[in-house]
Formats: sequence, C-alpha cells, structure tokens
Amino acid sequence: MKDFISRLNKAFESRVRLGIMSVLMVNDEVDFNTLKETLNISDGNIASHISALEKAGYVHVEKRFIGKKPNTSYSVTKSGKKAFHDHLDALEKLISHK
Amino acid sequence: MEQKDYIKDISEIRSIMERSSKFISLSGMSGVFMGLFALAGIGAAYVYLDNGLSLNDEDITRKGSYSKAVTFLVVDAILVIVLALSAAIFFTTRRATQEGITIWDRTAQRLVLNISIPLAAAGIFCLALLYHGFIGLIAPAMLVFYGLALLHASKYTVNQVRYLGIGEIIIGLVASFFISHGLLFWALGFGVLHIMYGIIMYVKYEKK
Repeated sequence: MKDFISRLNKAFESRVRLGIMSVLMVNDEVDFNTLKETLNISDGNIASHISALEKAGYVHVEKRFIGKKPNTSYSVTKSGKKAFHDHLDALEKLISHK
Repeated sequence: MEQKDYIKDISEIRSIMERSSKFISLSGMSGVFMGLFALAGIGAAYVYLDNGLSLNDEDITRKGSYSKAVTFLVVDAILVIVLALSAAIFFTTRRATQEGITIWDRTAQRLVLNISIPLAAAGIFCLALLYHGFIGLIAPAMLVFYGLALLHASKYTVNQVRYLGIGEIIIGLVASFFISHGLLFWALGFGVLHIMYGIIMYVKYEKK
C-alpha cells in the first residue's frame, strides 16, 4: 500500500493540476480561456498551477500574438504525458489493491 | 476515506477529458425534428412527382417538365436543410443553456468543421451526378456520404452518432441497387432513422 502511494506523483496532487493535465492530454493545444471555461476556475488559480507544471517540465507554454492580442497556449510535453500515465496507473493500482 | 478521494479523482479526470474533447450537448430532440422535416420534404416531393410530373404527358415537353421538377426538388431540399439545421441549433442551444454549458466552444467548432468538409464534398458530387443526368444515384450517394460524414464526426461528439452513420451507409448502399425507390430510402434514412436516433438519445440522456 505504501509503495503504491509513493508512486503517486506529487506534482499532480491538486485537483486543479489533474484537471489541467486531463484537458491537455486530449487536446493538441489549448489556450488560456478555453482552459478556464472547461475547468471553471479563476485566472490566478490556473496561472499558479500552470507555472508549477511548467517548472516540472510537464507543460509547454507558448506566448504569441494573434493580431494585437496576446495569446497564450499550453500543450503537454512528452515527459508530462508519461508522468500523467504513470500517475493514473498508480491511482488504478491503489484502488484495485484496496 | 482516502480511497473514495482517488475514485473521485479518476471519475473527474474522465469527465474532463470527455468534456474538453467532445461536443456532448447535441440534443435528441433535434434528431426528431430533423427527421420530421425530412419526411415532410420527401412527402412534398412524392406528391409533386406523382401529380406534377408525368413524362408521358404530351402537353408539356419532356425537357420543360424535367427542369421544373429539378427546380422544385432543389428548393424543397434547401427548405428541408434550413429547417432541420434551425431545429438542431435551437434544441441544442436550449439543452446547453439548461445545463449551463457554453455552446460555441472549441468542441462545437471542431464538430461543425469536421462534418462540413465531407458534406460539402457530398453536395458537389451530387451536383455532378445531376449535371451528368445520373438522377437515380443522387439519393443513394447522399445517404452514403452523409453516413460517412457522421461516422467521421462521431469522434468529436457522442458515440451513438457512429451507429447512426453506419445505419445511413447501409441504407444508402441498399438504395444504390434499387434506384427507382430513391424517395423511399430517403424517407428511411433521413426521416425514420433520425427520429429513432433522436428518441433514443432523448429518453436516455435528457428526459427527467
């Protein structure tokens, strides 16, 4: 049991981060507003969790301009994908082993 | 206690993944009304072709009555498409508002784009059939193309659209061997199948 828990990724402990990763896993690229609408949380909340995920190397952030408006879009990195899958596996094992 | 939390996490992950990649507010009622409008349009065509167009009629030249019939059918078809689309938009918007979901988001745009491309190809191909005079193949071609479009679009919306698509393809293929019964197969594919699909979806997901 303890072994399974240690395999859970600390970076995904918050529900917001799990949500962000879930959205990014099934979309090639997601912009800030889409992320906000899908998860229904505040700007600052997303920003801080995103930067944590970026620091861990799981999320790639791209800033650019569409016309004159700044647009930030996010995508999941290869290591982010792997880490998320591992985390899900660990969750599943935890549940099936009671 | 802890375990419940993990289970909740997983179910939330699953729901977010689905919500952010698929457009799931498609209302079953829009299917029912699309089917009803299609049946009305096909009924009008049936009545018109039966009474208005008789190729043996010597008073009207063959060509004159033919082009008149084509004009009638094209107007009829456009009317059906506009009414059906309006119904689909109306009921789907209503459902999304009830559930507090943004309607015109990325998933909706992706669905519309991905169904429009094969449908546009279908439209142009059917115009080519009309141009070359292969009238009999238009009904089966529309059904097969429409089925393929749905099959393709089902990746971006509820799974059941896939089965609707397969149904349309089968009806279209059968129709291609019985081309004198085009209207009948149209009524089956665009009318009956849509209504059945709509009722199933409505009862399963929306009726409270």
